[in-house]
Amino acid sequence: MQYLVSVIDDRTDSATPDEMAAIRAFNERVQAEGHWVFAGGLGDPSTATTIDNRGAEPVFTDGPFLESKEYLAGFWVFQAADLDQALELAAEGSKHCNRRVEVRPFL
Amino acid sequence: MTPIDVDEAVTRAHREEWARVVAALTRRFGDLDIAEEAAAEAFATAVERWPADGVPPSPGAWLTTTANRKAIDRIRREDKREDKHKEAQLVSHDEPPEPVGAIEDERLRLIFTCCHPALAMETRMALTLRMVGGLSMPEIARAFLVQEAAMGQRITRAKAKIKTARIPYRVPSAEDLPARVSGVLAVLFLVFNEGYLATGPGTDPVRHDLTAEAIRLTRLIRALLPGDGEVAGLLALMLLTEARRTARVSANGELVTLAEQDRGAWDAALIAEGHQLVRERLAARVAPGRYQILAAINAVHTSARDVRDTDWSQIVALYDQLVRLDSSPIVALNRAIAVAELDGPEVALAAVDRLEDKLADYHAFHATRADLLRRLGRSQPARAAYGKAIELAGNTAEIAYLTRRRDQLG
Repeated sequence: MQYLVSVIDDRTDSATPDEMAAIRAFNERVQAEGHWVFAGGLGDPSTATTIDNRGAEPVFTDGPFLESKEYLAGFWVFQAADLDQALELAAEGSKHCNRRVEVRPFL
Repeated sequence: MTPIDVDEAVTRAHREEWARVVAALTRRFGDLDIAEEAAAEAFATAVERWPADGVPPSPGAWLTTTANRKAIDRIRREDKREDKHKEAQLVSHDEPPEPVGAIEDERLRLIFTCCHPALAMETRMALTLRMVGGLSMPEIARAFLVQEAAMGQRITRAKAKIKTARIPYRVPSAEDLPARVSGVLAVLFLVFNEGYLATGPGTDPVRHDLTAEAIRLTRLIRALLPGDGEVAGLLALMLLTEARRTARVSANGELVTLAEQDRGAWDAALIAEGHQLVRERLAARVAPGRYQILAAINAVHTSARDVRDTDWSQIVALYDQLVRLDSSPIVALNRAIAVAELDGPEVALAAVDRLEDKLADYHAFHATRADLLRRLGRSQPARAAYGKAIELAGNTAEIAYLTRRRDQLG
């Protein structure tokens, strides 16, 4: 079972050196424990391009599909046995990156 | 066997076996929705078949077997083309259910799943009442003062989340257990209250099945967590309330208030057990939570052999302590009822009237106002308040009591 853990922030690339070090240490542990699938930080929503190719021609729009004060600033994808394990990992992730996170299951 | 006997057998089986059937099926199929639907179908089949075929010697085993078949039928229908393998697995499991005693703890598993912290508190309560308590959707909707359709949606969403996000079906580990317990206690208290002040025109005024179930489950949790003060507090609160159950409704089905109850009819054994738990918590010298305070209030009430011996200043002091933990208007209302005994109905009425904005739809708010107005000799507004309370009350005994009080006004 895989879970997406979204890091919620109103800035991007904003982690302090201490936070980066904590995140790296946490990531190494998650990898060692076999929960690691993937993770990354994202550019802020002003760097997004929204594409709609449902019609004859693809339409490119500058900006995100949804404007909001807070957004997805980065994410983890964890392998976990169940939601309890995912919540535990996400709670530690929240502590180490010092941001709120949201957990959603992959279907 | 008469139709009434069969009805009674179905009702009893529902009370005693619902949670076991749902828990056993959830364990087996890993899906609350399938478990609930199959359990409901099994009971519907019992209603259909038992009058003609007779009540089976072991209703629980019959219901579990029937529900298992219903669940397998549903899974086969859904998986017919997609998942032959799964079907084969299910067939290999098509065996007689475990003896009822062996799955006792399944219900605890079911409770912790229904009370999972990833679910909103109101959802946990609704789900537990449905899955463990076996309450119907209208009963649950009424317990929460929401529309039935909204409650149905809430439960459907919760089941979908449990399945999709894979909320586990198990008793939490020892380290997680204390944190998970408070949500469970809130749910059990609500189940108890629904039993103690049962709602609905067709239900008994006191549903001993629900109060007994809440007590049984709270005892189970106490056995797991003997050091948890709030578990002990909730159990004491329930016992001291349950002790007054038979004195609380008169022979003609009318609510008897605490002041008017025959205290000789209270259950001395339950009171002794409740008092023992309260003493145990006092001796622990740890700041009490809300259940422990409520238990202490009930211990004061049940210590008075005559209502005139009640130590109201002690009760008001305990309510003051409770208000500091829980600023809800319902606590303030109950405090005002105690204040009426200490400082008189005039003072209490002023406190109650301040709660109108928050409690205008709550029958006990109007019933309390009505009683205070009656004691102050203000018959006209008392009559109107009784009317409003009767309109909002769902408990048959309470309605009978309020109606008599209103009709006795000069």
